[in-house]
Amino acid sequence: MSTSGALPAVYARNHRSQRHLLVLAVVLLVMAGFSLLVGRYPTPGLLSWNRLTSDELAWRLVVNLRLPRLLTAILLGMTLSAAGTVFQLLFSNPLVEPGFLGVSQGAAFGAALSIVFLGGSAIVTQSAAAFFALAGLGFSYLLAHRLRYGGWVLRLVLAGIAVSALFSAGLGLLKYLADPLRQLPEITFWLLGGLASLTWEQLLTVLPVVLSGLLVIFLYRWRLNLLALSEETAFSLGAAPGRERWMLIFFAVLPTAVLIAITGIVGWVGLIIPHIARRLFGAEARFSLPSAMLLGGLFTLLCDDLARTLLAGEIPLGILTSLFGALIFLALMMFQKAKTQS
Amino acid sequence: MSPLMLSFQNVTFGYRRAQPILQAVNFELHPGRIMAILGSNGVGKTTLLYLALGWLSAWDGEICLDGHTLRSYSRQERGRWLALVPQSEHTPFDYTVLDYVLMGRAPYLPPLGMPTPADYAAAMQALEQVGLAAMAEHPVPQLSSGERQLMLLARSIAQSPRLFLLDEPTAHLDLRNKSRLIQIMRGLRTQGVTLLMTNHEPEVVLAVADDVLLLEPGGVAQFGPLEQVFTAEALSRVYDLPIRLVDVDGHRQVLWT
Repeated sequence: MSTSGALPAVYARNHRSQRHLLVLAVVLLVMAGFSLLVGRYPTPGLLSWNRLTSDELAWRLVVNLRLPRLLTAILLGMTLSAAGTVFQLLFSNPLVEPGFLGVSQGAAFGAALSIVFLGGSAIVTQSAAAFFALAGLGFSYLLAHRLRYGGWVLRLVLAGIAVSALFSAGLGLLKYLADPLRQLPEITFWLLGGLASLTWEQLLTVLPVVLSGLLVIFLYRWRLNLLALSEETAFSLGAAPGRERWMLIFFAVLPTAVLIAITGIVGWVGLIIPHIARRLFGAEARFSLPSAMLLGGLFTLLCDDLARTLLAGEIPLGILTSLFGALIFLALMMFQKAKTQS
Repeated sequence: MSPLMLSFQNVTFGYRRAQPILQAVNFELHPGRIMAILGSNGVGKTTLLYLALGWLSAWDGEICLDGHTLRSYSRQERGRWLALVPQSEHTPFDYTVLDYVLMGRAPYLPPLGMPTPADYAAAMQALEQVGLAAMAEHPVPQLSSGERQLMLLARSIAQSPRLFLLDEPTAHLDLRNKSRLIQIMRGLRTQGVTLLMTNHEPEVVLAVADDVLLLEPGGVAQFGPLEQVFTAEALSRVYDLPIRLVDVDGHRQVLWT
């Protein structure tokens, strides 16, 4: 058949992408192992294997503090990047991120509400953050249904902006009401995001939700491409665009909400990593989604390593992800290939 | 006699309550024929295509595909019977042309399935059919609007449907590509495939259509074989413009001022 001429090159590209994904996974594992040994105990730098096996305190520190923190960092990066990829595809918009449907602002409002009025214990703050993050999505959905303007994407974007603004106003009010010496710093730290006091218990509570969300998105990776097309085209290809899009948004937002409830707002990962993944692996979600997950895990892991080792005190993770995210974003924009058409 | 490929029986539809834009539309499309829908802008041509696709639901009346009501088809079955070639499509991401055309294979894959080598071969063959095989690895945003139009056609060819629904397929094409598209449509008809297209270009309609549906505000003005319906009087009425048909070297041409 004459068509077979160009196909070997395509298969070779796909195999190359698979190999690169494998390499990325290995790099992530190696960096995770390395990160376990990096820290400020007993001295800033690398913990030796001998010390780890002989010093009981070092062992407990690595297993009980560093390991759950490191796993959460990886899962957070993977989830934000996977959810970001899903959102950017479903909205056909490379500038949306998983928190924009009122999710991030909802979580922030919930956390502040707990700190100011509900005592601010960890479990209450996390529950309130998760609840209001999902409420943000719910409000955006209901509002989008009631709006009588534009198509699906525009209505949802407008609803997301409105709900985020409402929660943001609420957050401002709570900050105004907060005790400036005790509660306000706590809200500020929560908003900066971080994994400083993360425990196994917290990780294990969110793990089932996070893993099931990631699994559903991963299994759907090829079909995601269809849902990036216009609704009538997706429909003509046998998809149920409305139902399938909402299902994917739900499975992207759910793990995002429960994770930011325990980590605070960690910005830019969900926006920037999907861009880098598409740049390296192409737009096809079969490769861009898993690569975004691996790159996101790696990016957040490395940022968290810096957050806990760079200074004697902890640097909030959100500051570092924003800093490096913005630098990478600028670099991407400066070296972007000129397109003949947009 | 084989069943009708597509039939509209008294189909009525509108976007706003009590304001139907199509009223009691009736037509029958036999397998292996090419039908053109003509009418002024905003008269409901694309709406009619979307009704045939099942994307819009008629207020009243019945739409049948191969003798069965359109509603009785599952999504996947419908995807194997019908393919839509939209007028244009917005793609903000750098998909390669082949990856894009490959999406036409979706109705043949299970919901969580991945394309197989057979799907790749079908997509590549579709690209070859429209003359874009050499651009298989090009990013979609780099294509010209004409090439994009051909790529959308290739995606629907990869879908190997029994009925193509084409929304102004020649709108972005230069003369050479228009001629290529006409050849492709004739080739598809030879394979027994049926085509339903909206079109504003009389020379394209004259070159390929077997049947013509003339739409005017509110519903069907005329429907029938090309020779009967495509007359100067009918066209003048539909477009509200003096139109003449003349023969040049044995080819009918449309003249208007």
